Amino acid sequence: MTIKGKAYIAGIYEHPTRHAPDKSTAQLHAEVAKGAIEDAGISKDDVDGYFCAGDAPGGAWPMVDYLGLNTKKLRHVDSTETGGCSYIIHLGHAAEAIAAGKCSIALVTLAGKPRTGAMPPRAAGAEVDFESAYGATTHNAYGMCAMRHMHDYGTTSEQLAWIKVAASHHAQYNPHAMLKDVVTVEDVLNSPMISDPLHRMDCCVVSDGGGALIVTTPEIAKSLKKPLVRLIGHGEAMKGPRGGKDLDLTYSAGVWSGPRAFEEAGITPKDIKYASIYDSFTITVLMQLEDLGFCKKGEGGKFVTDGNLISGVGKLPFNTDGGGLCSNHPVNRGGMTKIIEAVRQLRGEAHPKVQVKNCDLAIAHGTGGLLGVRHAASTAILERV
Amino acid sequence: MSEVKKYPAPVTNPETAAFWDAAKEGKFMIKRCTACGEAHYFPRSICPFCYSDKTVWEQASGEGTIYTWSLMRKSPTGPYAIGYVTLKEGPSVQTNFVDCDLEKLKIGQKVKVVFKPTDGAPLPFFTPA
Repeated sequence: MTIKGKAYIAGIYEHPTRHAPDKSTAQLHAEVAKGAIEDAGISKDDVDGYFCAGDAPGGAWPMVDYLGLNTKKLRHVDSTETGGCSYIIHLGHAAEAIAAGKCSIALVTLAGKPRTGAMPPRAAGAEVDFESAYGATTHNAYGMCAMRHMHDYGTTSEQLAWIKVAASHHAQYNPHAMLKDVVTVEDVLNSPMISDPLHRMDCCVVSDGGGALIVTTPEIAKSLKKPLVRLIGHGEAMKGPRGGKDLDLTYSAGVWSGPRAFEEAGITPKDIKYASIYDSFTITVLMQLEDLGFCKKGEGGKFVTDGNLISGVGKLPFNTDGGGLCSNHPVNRGGMTKIIEAVRQLRGEAHPKVQVKNCDLAIAHGTGGLLGVRHAASTAILERV
Repeated sequence: MSEVKKYPAPVTNPETAAFWDAAKEGKFMIKRCTACGEAHYFPRSICPFCYSDKTVWEQASGEGTIYTWSLMRKSPTGPYAIGYVTLKEGPSVQTNFVDCDLEKLKIGQKVKVVFKPTDGAPLPFFTPA
């Protein structure tokens, strides 16, 4: 049993807003749902599967009601919550549901407003008394990973900076990007230290916004007008310190989700023409590139140097929308926009300055939670048909 | 600044109450499984490695080495250094480093446990040995 080729991404929509103090979170969900439905060229009343995560106000049933989905038809829901990679997991779960005949048109939505106001806290885990006082935040949790990676492999701040440089080269062509200026390695190194060894420019932006997907059957996708993009491999995984015995912050759960996805797809990292890689921080990208097999463990620094991630310049064009480092990071959750830009590349709808030629195979990979504490990862391999 | 920092009191629960009772006496406890012999942290009643329920409390030496760290340069309560310490007994634990020059921390450095008061049970931190 495989989901290879069983589900197509027929609709995508990324909200253009980066700051939405004048809108409600539910409204943003509705706006991205409407956008993806219209992009696919289907009717809202045809949606029979709905997927959302912790950003959806109240969870699945209030959202299904608010969005006015057709409850006579809706027959599959999934509110898997794995932070920023929830939507990549939803894509895989939607494909599973479609392959099993449990739904035929799935809607996935993400939206929220962390730039306008503080996000509600996550429910505490069993570790709360043993960790919460120590102030783990995204910055320092990823800082701890970078510190250890540098210690073990000699990775440098200059190498990490190249990841931001590449993202900025792409962002200059994205009219919606929050940070459009092309930056240099020196700019990154000269930006203030936030949490050692990560500088401000090693960090992603904070933005309001959202995005949505329509995932459907091969038959329905072929009846629609959009270029055909299908899911051919998917993986998901989780990682944590497990009683303090398994602590190794130099790799992520991508080391397991990646091979699962590549095996299902029947391809290798060498076949990938474009990569959407979650970029909450520069170190996130570097570790995931290693974990996914684009280079050997410890050689990520060398791999990303000298513009190797810049479209038209390097061997592996990544995050051609500018990614989380420059464009947006809706709801502090980058998984959705990773899928959307990969689909744009496969459709040939990326900005002409960053469009990868003959882009027929792409990867969208993300993590959720904190790499330096405990987290999830998910990998999707997408193909243009 | 770090002298006046107020830390939240542990909520505690039946599974971990013994840890906090020991902390009040300045003891840093870990759990060890008598079936597989492995130590773990934070404490569970069921061993996370072999799933035996034969886990027992053990007073740890409180000594270890820095696995990694990161200095958060700004926060509402001032700079602080978060990190992990690999205990002599094996498990690695998340913590903050205190009572030292936070810019001079090093991976591999020897550290020891030190408790800081809260409104409830005291919390374990680490400082250079």
